[in-house]
Amino acid sequence: MTLTAPPAARPAAGGPDLTRAALSGRRRFTNHLATAAIWVAVLLAVIPLALVTYTVLAKGGGVMSLSFLNEDIPNSYRREGGGMGPAIVGTLLITGMAALMAIPLGVFGAIYLNEYGKQRPLARVIRLMSDVMTGVPSIVMGLFIYISWVLLVGEQTGFAGALALACLMLPVVIRSSEEMLRLVPDELRQASMALGARKWKTTLTVVLPAAISGITSGSLLAVARAAGETAPIIIVTGIVFSPNWNLFDGSNTALPAQIFRNASQPFPAAQDRAWGAALTLIVIVLGFTIIARFISSRFAIKER
Amino acid sequence: MTLTNNPPAAKPTLTQRGSSALGDRVFSWWTLGTGLLVLAILGLILITTVREAWPAFDAMGLRFITERVWDPNPATGDAIFGALSFAYGTAVSSLIALLFAVPVSVGIALFLTELAPRRLRGPAVTVIDLLAAVPSVVFGLWGILVVAPALVPIYQWMHDVFGGIPLLGRLFGPVGSGRNFMTAGLILAIMVTPIITSITREVFSTVPRADKDAALALGATRWEMIRGAVFPHSFGGVVGAVMLGLGRAMGETIAVALVIGGATNITANLFAPGNSMAAVIVQQFGESTGTFTAALIGLGVVLFAMTVLINVLAQVVVRRAEARMKGSVA
Repeated sequence: MTLTAPPAARPAAGGPDLTRAALSGRRRFTNHLATAAIWVAVLLAVIPLALVTYTVLAKGGGVMSLSFLNEDIPNSYRREGGGMGPAIVGTLLITGMAALMAIPLGVFGAIYLNEYGKQRPLARVIRLMSDVMTGVPSIVMGLFIYISWVLLVGEQTGFAGALALACLMLPVVIRSSEEMLRLVPDELRQASMALGARKWKTTLTVVLPAAISGITSGSLLAVARAAGETAPIIIVTGIVFSPNWNLFDGSNTALPAQIFRNASQPFPAAQDRAWGAALTLIVIVLGFTIIARFISSRFAIKER
Repeated sequence: MTLTNNPPAAKPTLTQRGSSALGDRVFSWWTLGTGLLVLAILGLILITTVREAWPAFDAMGLRFITERVWDPNPATGDAIFGALSFAYGTAVSSLIALLFAVPVSVGIALFLTELAPRRLRGPAVTVIDLLAAVPSVVFGLWGILVVAPALVPIYQWMHDVFGGIPLLGRLFGPVGSGRNFMTAGLILAIMVTPIITSITREVFSTVPRADKDAALALGATRWEMIRGAVFPHSFGGVVGAVMLGLGRAMGETIAVALVIGGATNITANLFAPGNSMAAVIVQQFGESTGTFTAALIGLGVVLFAMTVLINVLAQVVVRRAEARMKGSVA
């Protein structure tokens, strides 16, 4: 019959062969090579992470105990035993104080950028400069606080460390909060304005609550980063061997600074303490990170 | 008439009046103030550090950056503060870091945007996030106590194999303790990989679907599609990402201070100990006084100027690339 369609033409029947088999060997080889290289790259990132995690767990776990978390730091690196109590106290107090300063300021800065400044030249400059400020080395921030605070009050204090960490956190909080405010739908703002609310009231009672989960998680990530900062702590907070609960009076210490000091010692006792401190620090930092991730995945505004 | 007795009604207004209007003004000024804080801090950093470093700049002049000798406590004569060796250490360790980190980061970014099966994408992102979350001092601790000793035999082997080659062999000179430029570069590479990856990935994900599909429809293999559609589109953004990574590597202090070896040294030998600007500050700040302190702060000024410059350039490059890409999306 003339109406029956001819059997589906195989490429062999005339048209170009579009199947994989027609690829020249060289092209196929290059493609495979590139694919393999990409997998290797991923592996290269996984290996150090796995090794660091394993070593810190193995060596830090060996010295970890309740007394390690509690006891004072021995004032000789050589001496065995002791703990990291003062450093844990210092880390939590200093980072907490830094968060208290940086987060509110950062959120207001973000409100300026997203609700008032928008695309004005000044806002664009501030946006660019906050991105630049996230790149300022932490050691420079330490020197800055040393000059403008420690030299002024005349002693190294925990508060000086908090100031330095706050300066490091500020731009991160600003930029992440701004991203979150941008996700708040304009309809919410318009509805609030239509009900007669002033802009400040709209911002504080409608926009901010809508974005608060994202802001919280971004801020927690900034806190986690700050808790691991070492250089400014070494420069501006000095060192103590027993807990100092007062941020405004006398030197203080923190876990990262203790890791740094103990790591460069040849004594096994000191190195053990460094590993224990590293494990403690990682647990604290990861704690913040996991809480942040949880909040952002659970309560985030869905991107539209 | 009753109507005229009424007090002249105020024009109806739908917004709250009185203190609320003041609240609006105060609030906008307050938020502007916090926004300006960023500019204020950056300005203050520059002013205070330059002022405090002035004695050293004054004593050394231009030699501060061209002199390779750093001798704070000489037996005779004046102290000499030359930052050149440390600038060299910063440059070499950062370049080694980029040499390793850039291909790996681009690879991971390609994996995340083009290659990864859906169920592997989440875990891969988590790995990068975790790498970014590990504090740098922990990498330093791992570097000095585990990596540096473990790498000595490998360095020794490389010295034995490549050391004899003229010119190139000078890079692979005699091996010391394992704390050297190379180890510092490797540790830095791990630390800058997350930031380069995350930006590169964002840039790759803005490549229009249509471009990629077109390349594939023309018979390109995946790699040819990446080379022909993804790379040309995202070149600017990747350059920006690499520069941001460079800025991060140059400013990294603690890990480098632990693994670079702590020697004032300019040498082609990657297996020799050296020092970087940031590392010197944190190592020597505690025992410094007077002009010595000023010189260390001077290093901070140089570091600040260089990182700000690199970051501004990188941000401009990334922004321009992003703007161009948004414009070209079909």
